[in-house]
Amino acid sequence: MSRIAFDIDHRQGEFSLAAKGELHGPVSVLSGVSGSGKTTLLNIIAGLVRPQSGRLSFDGTVWFDAAQKIFVPPHRRRIGYVFQEGRLLPHLSVRHNLTFSHWFRKPNGRSPALTDVTDLLGITPLLDRGPRNLSGGERQRVALARALLASPDLLLMDEPLASLDEARRAEVLPYIENVRDRYKMPIVYVTHSADEAERLGDEIVKLRDGKIQEIERRRDPQTSVAFDG
Amino acid sequence: MFQLSDVETTAIWLSLKVALVATLASLPLAIVVAWLLARCRFPGKGLLNILVHLPLVMPPVVTGYLLLITFGRRAPAGEFLESWLGLVLAFRWTGAALAAAVMSFPLTVRAIRLSLEAIDSKLEDAAGTLGAAPLLVFLTVTLPLALPGVLAGTVLGFAKALGEFGATITFVSNIPGETQTIASAIYTTTQTPGAEAATLRLTVIAIIIAAAALGLSEYLARRSQSEGRR
Repeated sequence: MSRIAFDIDHRQGEFSLAAKGELHGPVSVLSGVSGSGKTTLLNIIAGLVRPQSGRLSFDGTVWFDAAQKIFVPPHRRRIGYVFQEGRLLPHLSVRHNLTFSHWFRKPNGRSPALTDVTDLLGITPLLDRGPRNLSGGERQRVALARALLASPDLLLMDEPLASLDEARRAEVLPYIENVRDRYKMPIVYVTHSADEAERLGDEIVKLRDGKIQEIERRRDPQTSVAFDG
Repeated sequence: MFQLSDVETTAIWLSLKVALVATLASLPLAIVVAWLLARCRFPGKGLLNILVHLPLVMPPVVTGYLLLITFGRRAPAGEFLESWLGLVLAFRWTGAALAAAVMSFPLTVRAIRLSLEAIDSKLEDAAGTLGAAPLLVFLTVTLPLALPGVLAGTVLGFAKALGEFGATITFVSNIPGETQTIASAIYTTTQTPGAEAATLRLTVIAIIIAAAALGLSEYLARRSQSEGRR
């Protein structure tokens, strides 16, 4: 069974996305230049964008089906989303940003402990700070921790390193690899960087002008330990 | 000279009561209307916007007259409220509160709407991905972020409600102890020969209360800003 199966059509002004495919993970990279539709596809998977037509399912659960008028809203998809610009809630401390999802979501068996995540990402000393005076790298690590602590079934990342300079990028990338190795959850990762795609991706989906050019499977998902976890 | 008469003291307390009730009772509706205008698209939105802002630009006496023919004791809405809720508005302090609420509503809605429009809706999306349903996103993200505007709008509305005169005197008249607010008391003293000292006393008090309200609004806005910058 594929993790994510989609066959969708979406138009937004001049831009149109017509994409069909299956993502097996565990780490699927959506790559392409800006305007290729990679972030739109990610947002459709998240439920932040509702396409005009088509179908999307995750692990056999239908999240969207235009014909059957099914649309599961983002808050019921049990995802974690790391945005390019962090989007930490400015009125809450780092600690309350991290535990925000606990007000709404019952923990499941895989819910990581707060200290586990903050230690792994090196943000334990930041817990009582406000999000406004974090560096870019710290902010993205907090955003990643917040997504993990939402105990997601699926982790989505939209160019989490793009807003950072070279040094900060080199600082954060190993943390993302740590998360991938430690928590073994399916990840869909959007990037325009070939380097990040190489380092992280088990499969690379190449998009151009709103269409999928090819899906390159770099590791056989059947033999991947992470996939079965 | 500075000794307040009983009538004046009564007018001051009544004004505060009327303005407070008007502001607090209309605040939830003001938040909902501001949110509708800031975030939603629906047929009739333009009409709603005009309706909300009309009291700001119409002659207050017109607003008062409309209230009288709607909520008077023999008017349909007035009769309904009296027979079902036992609530009489015409020539009562509750009617003064309604008039003050209607007149201050546009100012409150405007301030809240501006602060809602200034909020990055991407933060609300982020809260959604963390499991919060739309209403909970509103309560835990939107409203706290809009708090400076909500407070500023509330205090501004309070100050406006406190000074309301035209619609109030038209709708509920100028009855000492029931509907005579500071503004209508000043009107009475200006019409009375030899009451210049009373006029001056009430005027000074009106200025002090208004200035205090504005100062409080500034203080609250600044405090919530510095909290946000932590």
